[in-house]
Amino acid sequence: MFEKIVIANRGEIALRILRACRELGIKTVAVHSTADRSQPHVLMADESVCIGPPPASESYLSMPALISAAEVTDAEAIHPGYGFLSENADFAERVEQSGFVFIGPKAETIRLMGDKVSAINAMKAAGVPCVPGSGAPLGDDAEENLAIAHKIGYPVIIKAAAGGGGRGMRVVHSDATLQNSISLTQAEARAAFGDDRVYMEKYLVHPRHIEIQVLADTHGNAIHLGERDCSLQRRHQKILEEAPAPGLTEAQRQEIGKVCVEACKRIGYRGAGTFEFLYENNRFYFIEMNTRIQVEHPVTEMVTGVDLVVQQILIAAGETLPYRQEDIIMRGHAIECRINAEDPWTFIPSPGKVTHYHTPGGPGIRMDSHLYSGYSVPPNYDSLIGKLIAYGDTREKAMARLRTALEELIVDGIKTNAPLHRELMDDGAVQKGGMDIHYLERKLALSKA
Amino acid sequence: MDIRKIKKLIELLEESGLQELEIKEGEESIRLARQSQGMSFQPMTAYQPTQLTSNLAVNTAPVAAPAEVGGAALPAGQPVVSPMVGTFYRAASPTAKPFVEIGQRVEKGETLCIIEAMKMMNPIESECGGTVVAILVENGQAVEYGQTLLIIQ
Repeated sequence: MFEKIVIANRGEIALRILRACRELGIKTVAVHSTADRSQPHVLMADESVCIGPPPASESYLSMPALISAAEVTDAEAIHPGYGFLSENADFAERVEQSGFVFIGPKAETIRLMGDKVSAINAMKAAGVPCVPGSGAPLGDDAEENLAIAHKIGYPVIIKAAAGGGGRGMRVVHSDATLQNSISLTQAEARAAFGDDRVYMEKYLVHPRHIEIQVLADTHGNAIHLGERDCSLQRRHQKILEEAPAPGLTEAQRQEIGKVCVEACKRIGYRGAGTFEFLYENNRFYFIEMNTRIQVEHPVTEMVTGVDLVVQQILIAAGETLPYRQEDIIMRGHAIECRINAEDPWTFIPSPGKVTHYHTPGGPGIRMDSHLYSGYSVPPNYDSLIGKLIAYGDTREKAMARLRTALEELIVDGIKTNAPLHRELMDDGAVQKGGMDIHYLERKLALSKA
Repeated sequence: MDIRKIKKLIELLEESGLQELEIKEGEESIRLARQSQGMSFQPMTAYQPTQLTSNLAVNTAPVAAPAEVGGAALPAGQPVVSPMVGTFYRAASPTAKPFVEIGQRVEKGETLCIIEAMKMMNPIESECGGTVVAILVENGQAVEYGQTLLIIQ
């Protein structure tokens, strides 16, 4: 087992990783920018190292700073969390070359899944159902692109091969705008990802976003831990997630889960990962794989009883998975609200000092947050300040607990999207479950009108 | 219950480590309670950033943390801060002479020390001319971003 791990992240996930390390008796090194000195995980870690000024590019995204911090503290492994460099294959490679363990998959796996075109082809080869698409980057031949669009059938979506997480996408409804949309998306991709390759896929009109959590060790074992429904999104960013997905049958779960497990084994996956699908008319369509721990991992933890972050560390240390597939049973229902420091209606970020913070509590309530009264949310990073998760025997009970918890939650001094979540709890479609990924945006557009 | 008895009980309570004392004598009872002290519900005190010292610097330099720069122990002057995480070296190699000593005059652009990070040696140059009045880090010590290395007057 590792003696010391560097937590190469910040905010709530850094605190989550610290807690897992503490549980395993592993010493922690908290690296942080000058803006993050007073984060609770920095103050609680065994050692802390300031790695740079506030801009992420000079701190949390600085490979030399992170690896150097591991060197000077004699750490053995680096946990990248989510975001930042967690899905950067070069970073994973340099970490391992420098003699440390990267807590995640191998660099070549990250590379394979990071390129959305190669990921889709690898999944097709592994028998995973994919969205009908071009299957390859689009060329400059306008005639050929039109032909591809006709074969797929409008509407289509142009996506950046080096993108992901909802960035670098454009929907096209007809021939007239096709070539322009392709050029625009290519230019954006070049600017944002340094790679202008784009591909085309069928645009599903009312799909749900359902993803499958997997764990794979270094001894050939792989299991799935069921699904999460993350359909409530705004601008491709998830707002609320739940497990299990309302309406999905056990048979469907095991079928898609089995396909994902086989794919893991085929590509030699290591660690925790998530296969993301669009689900429409009872069919799953693979869109991308996230080769890291996800923000919404708590809902899976609540319904399966498996600690995913602890498992990540154990797998990285070479341990065998302590679960067989038949040990994983989904019990009850869990729902997570992402609490962001933003105006609940305009979504304008709201950094600043939290003058009073009070967490909800009670049975089935879990609050994953780095906030405390007097903490200042810096303006330099994303707005996620906490995750409020509620568990119940049934979806109704989970929602009832979540509704109460949202009323108990106090975050004074800054704005948060808690009011939006309170409204969502009273929304008929949300109460029923099974809404599609465009539902929230339609609802928000209606309330603006 | 007579007043002397009550006085005696108060003295007893104050002398002891008890918080509360309740006595029942037949029909009469008296309860004395100490004023609650130190029970402030301020979970935030656990998180007050009082201990900003990086554990890296704790065991060696007398004035280590950036937060303590400006404390009485530091001489006046321009602090030279580390632009990166790494290991501080005073000389180009273990056998070489240190780049600077206390009291030495330096010119702008002159190399003061080296920070080693990821097997690469990074010379740290002076931003100004002046005299080295303090060297706050020991040879071979780990330093973090923003940590004060030297002071130049």
